[in-house]
Amino acid sequence: MNRHLISAGDLSQDDAVLILDTADELDRIAERPVKKLPTLRGRTVVNLFYEDSTRTRISFEAAAKRLSADVINFSAKGSSVTKGESLKDTALTLEAMGADAVVIRHSASGAPHRLDGLRVTIVGDVLHSRVARSNVLLLSTLGAEVTLVAPPTLLPVAVGSWPCAVGYDLDAALPKADVVMMLRVQQERMNAAYFPTVREYSRRYGLDAARMALLPEHGIVMHPGPMNRGVEIAAEVADSVRSTIVEQVANGVSVRMAVLYLLLSGSDQGDQR
Amino acid sequence: MTHAADQAGRAQRPGDSPARAVLEPAGIKRALTRIAHEILERTNGAGDVVLLGIPTRGVPLAHRLAERLEQVEGHPVPAGSLDITMYRDDLRLRPARALGHTEVPTAGIDDKIVVLVDDVLYSGRTVRAALDALGDIGRPRAVQLAVLVDRGHRELPIRPDYVGKNLPTSQREMVRVLLTEVDGQDAVLLEREVS
Repeated sequence: MNRHLISAGDLSQDDAVLILDTADELDRIAERPVKKLPTLRGRTVVNLFYEDSTRTRISFEAAAKRLSADVINFSAKGSSVTKGESLKDTALTLEAMGADAVVIRHSASGAPHRLDGLRVTIVGDVLHSRVARSNVLLLSTLGAEVTLVAPPTLLPVAVGSWPCAVGYDLDAALPKADVVMMLRVQQERMNAAYFPTVREYSRRYGLDAARMALLPEHGIVMHPGPMNRGVEIAAEVADSVRSTIVEQVANGVSVRMAVLYLLLSGSDQGDQR
Repeated sequence: MTHAADQAGRAQRPGDSPARAVLEPAGIKRALTRIAHEILERTNGAGDVVLLGIPTRGVPLAHRLAERLEQVEGHPVPAGSLDITMYRDDLRLRPARALGHTEVPTAGIDDKIVVLVDDVLYSGRTVRAALDALGDIGRPRAVQLAVLVDRGHRELPIRPDYVGKNLPTSQREMVRVLLTEVDGQDAVLLEREVS
């Protein structure tokens, strides 16, 4: 087990395109009577989650099972990890148990293909989002122009070094966005001092139907889920034809299948990804 | 595609090895026309036939056969492609490869006579993988195999139903099939392995 995918920022454009091309082919599996491939038969994939993330885990589990791998879910809560075992020892233990791949809580979401010049605006809690940074890195690798829009309190200090523009005015950003990606406002942050009130946040950074109308005609709305309807995204927006939120879930499974396939097949001399 | 054809598919440096043409464009044409007629005979007019080419070069061959069948019978014969990468038995031995495209004609394959089409038949492992892949897509009434070149050296109990050319080879030789759709020209070359 000597290949790793740690950060979206490690992927070259070729790597990213290979993953997405592979995902594109694997996507069709979902339409077949037998939604399973024998590719990883006899391999074991361990989902090692230090922080609960049900959708991410389910998505990886579905991806591994569609490739016929055996899946072991390992939640850090109530395990040896809380007894102080280090990540390294945990990984060694899992390897000794025959794990061929270990998925450590992290999430990367599906992205479309030719992104040269595509303008993507990511809105909301960038500071606490695990998707935002991966998406900025990967989207910029694929050629998209990314703009972050958020209250200053919800932007990380390091954002200046990210390959993206930063703005504070959603209304000004929307007419120039081909894609607007709304990030979840995490409940646990709502009471902290990041913004005055939920209503205030929603008024300035929430996407409602009136705001969606500011998008260009072809503009789409994305959200990595889970959503807070009525906070960062209005229900009518989430359910509109311009929303790709449900497709994102399906694409997420395909992308994970592609990554598992590309990491797990091949000889040990294979190139590192 | 067979393992041999994979190797053979790599870019050839001119002057690398003496390559002998064993089929010229006209020979390929005649072989395909003959196979098309054999398919019509064996399947009573190809009414239930679905041609599935195995990427890369099986796919244009399947479409060429479909054209010929339609010319003779006057009704279109569905043709598509079946990628077998995820069903290979050597995935753990080789670096991960990009997936080919699978395109099953809309009518599906249930109760149809599926004719698998590939350029070179060698070990038979590709065909075994294709049979597994078919089983996950549907249940054909029968499955047949058409290849442009059968070069022998089978490692599995698999035999072709339609053969363009039987080509006795040594395992040190490589068979390269070139098709206009992919390579810009039609030819079947026999190359001595570069030492």
